[in-house]
Amino acid sequence: MSPDAQKVKITYREAMRQAIRDALIRDQRVFLMGEDVGAYGGCYAVSKGLLEEFGPDRIRDTPLSESAFVGAGIGAAMNGMRPIVEIMTVNFSLLALDQIVNNAATILHMSGGQINIPLVIRMTTGAGRQLAAQHSHSLEGWYAHIPGIKVLAPATLEDARGMLWTALEDPDPVLIFEHGTLYNMEGEMAVDAGAVEISKAAVRRAGTDVSLITYGGTLGKTIQAAEQLAASGVDAEVVDLRTLRPLDTESILDSVMRTHRAVVIDEGWRSGSISAEISARIMEGAFYELDLPVERICSAEVPMPYARHLEEAALPQASTIVATVTRMMGGHG
Amino acid sequence: MALQPTIATPNLDAGHAIALLRDMVRIRRFEEKAAELYSASKIRGFLHLYIGEEAVAVGAMRALRPEDAVVATYREHGHALLRGVSADSIMAEMYGKQEGCSRGRGGSMHLFDAATRFYGGNAIVGGGLPLAIGFALADKLQHRQRVTACFFGDGAVAEGEFHECMNLAALWKLPVLLCCENNLYAMGTALKRAQSQTDLSLKAAAYEIASWPVDGMDVVACEEAAQRAALAVRSGEGPCFLEFRTYRFRAHSMYDPQLYRDKREVEEWKKRDPIATFQNRLTTQGVLDDANMKRIEDEVASEIEKAIAFAESGTWEPIEDLTRFAYSGEKPT
Ligand SMILES: Cc1ncc(C[n+]2csc(CCOP(=O)(O)OP(=O)(O)O)c2C)c(N)n1
Ligand SMILES: [Mg+2]
Repeated sequence: MSPDAQKVKITYREAMRQAIRDALIRDQRVFLMGEDVGAYGGCYAVSKGLLEEFGPDRIRDTPLSESAFVGAGIGAAMNGMRPIVEIMTVNFSLLALDQIVNNAATILHMSGGQINIPLVIRMTTGAGRQLAAQHSHSLEGWYAHIPGIKVLAPATLEDARGMLWTALEDPDPVLIFEHGTLYNMEGEMAVDAGAVEISKAAVRRAGTDVSLITYGGTLGKTIQAAEQLAASGVDAEVVDLRTLRPLDTESILDSVMRTHRAVVIDEGWRSGSISAEISARIMEGAFYELDLPVERICSAEVPMPYARHLEEAALPQASTIVATVTRMMGGHG
Repeated sequence: MALQPTIATPNLDAGHAIALLRDMVRIRRFEEKAAELYSASKIRGFLHLYIGEEAVAVGAMRALRPEDAVVATYREHGHALLRGVSADSIMAEMYGKQEGCSRGRGGSMHLFDAATRFYGGNAIVGGGLPLAIGFALADKLQHRQRVTACFFGDGAVAEGEFHECMNLAALWKLPVLLCCENNLYAMGTALKRAQSQTDLSLKAAAYEIASWPVDGMDVVACEEAAQRAALAVRSGEGPCFLEFRTYRFRAHSMYDPQLYRDKREVEEWKKRDPIATFQNRLTTQGVLDDANMKRIEDEVASEIEKAIAFAESGTWEPIEDLTRFAYSGEKPT
């Protein structure tokens, strides 16, 4: 992107749609497959209009058969295609977990490196819309446990626009997690925005006092918290992980070396989580650089409740981040 | 398995007929109000209306006894009401109040009430079927003459779990009444675009389950089929499968531009509105007059008003209780 490139107003949803459209145009092997991606226009309207433009072969509606169509995506990828499989939400991906974990993640290895699987699976994740315990969980951290797959979490317009193509060019299966509260996010994006690299975390706000490490749906809340903290004289750095597997440990450690304090913010649960992994890596790589133990702000250890006040209380919030950092800075500022 | 046609009963007991009509009106008005309250932001999350399909639940639930069990989907307000879950507690649940049948933890999609043996409220398509199989297995093992009724949509038929459950039900001769609510659409996916064989009763028949299609717009046909099937199930003949052919008049949930179906199709089906047609039939037969009808409407309206007042005056569960019910250390009072 040139510095004076023209900008357009765009939503996260539209950026994602542009990315899919672009991929369909660039590579005839690409097709989109999933529930209600065609006639319905996508359950979050991401693929709206694509059926009309590309036809039912390439915008393929599937029955409610998650295991079968995810597995079919794997097979098609093994047989020369570049499928984009959409699962409505991460909760329903559990019906396809067998195909993802036992096939997509293992076949390259089991075949001694002969057969790779260039597959992209997109799904919505996260809470915040009062959808209760079967539609709200953040299980991307689970997937990040699995060797053989890559896990992306685009949190910005540029990443929504740019990660898909790079993921499609990857020889191995890539899972893309789109937080449900991001689709309506609107902002300016360069008209010539295109593919972005998917191996590095990004510093979204530079700071010197504390590293706030997050990704996906909590990036916005974290930046908001950093701004509030700035008003009270605390200069927080915000690190957007972007990719949960493989984790960019180097960028995390770089940031912590500068700030000597770290808070991990993750909408997943705390126990056995990606936040635990990040905390462990900081401990392993920067223990003597730390002024304080790493803190974590995660979702409460309970299935997501429906009632709004309980859901809000269950989730990481900007106010919790501010309070945690303020407590950490007390006497150390 | 031969398909048995439904039998028309011209001589319906007047009191019973009016009760059936009243049940349907109860569901319809309750949900119309729920839709209004959704627009007023009193109810949030997803709200799936059963409007158009009332005859199915009204007919089917009549065949059940208090000791039986019900497993339903996220489109379950009507089933819960008929099962005897109070309108008050359902409304309060949708408000997210702790007086709700699931204490505001579940919302519209997750109505539960152990007292009336109403076991959800399952929002993973097909997810209730294995539970129902387990309920029936328990009853069989305990030599109890009970029926477990499981409601699920046409969309569920595409899931692997559906087929696994049909086989188990038949193989183990389980006392389960399988109620398929075929409203011709799974969200935006028309049945004919999801199934190679759209005659869903044949699928169950292929597993050696007694199965037949039922006119789901005719409450009498629905009740009769359910009574006959429940009798067979209760007497130990194994599972029965009823394919109720019906139609949803409203959007899938509250957000749905309905690009996937023709307005004329909806209008055609509305001519078969289960309430209007039955009301006409009873009026023509001289069973129902305006005064009767007014009484039904008035009673229903006051029940709903009372439910709203109850929900409005309900209380929010304290945030300190957030992590309750992840484990059963304590039970709701
Ligand atoms: C396993 C799973 N996949 C997808 C969804 C999203 N979803 C919710 S309802 C629905 C349509 C289900 O249609 P059907 O079974 O016919 O029931 P209906 O809504 O018509 O009553 C879909 C796709 C889900 N809840 N669960
Ligand atoms: Mg349906």
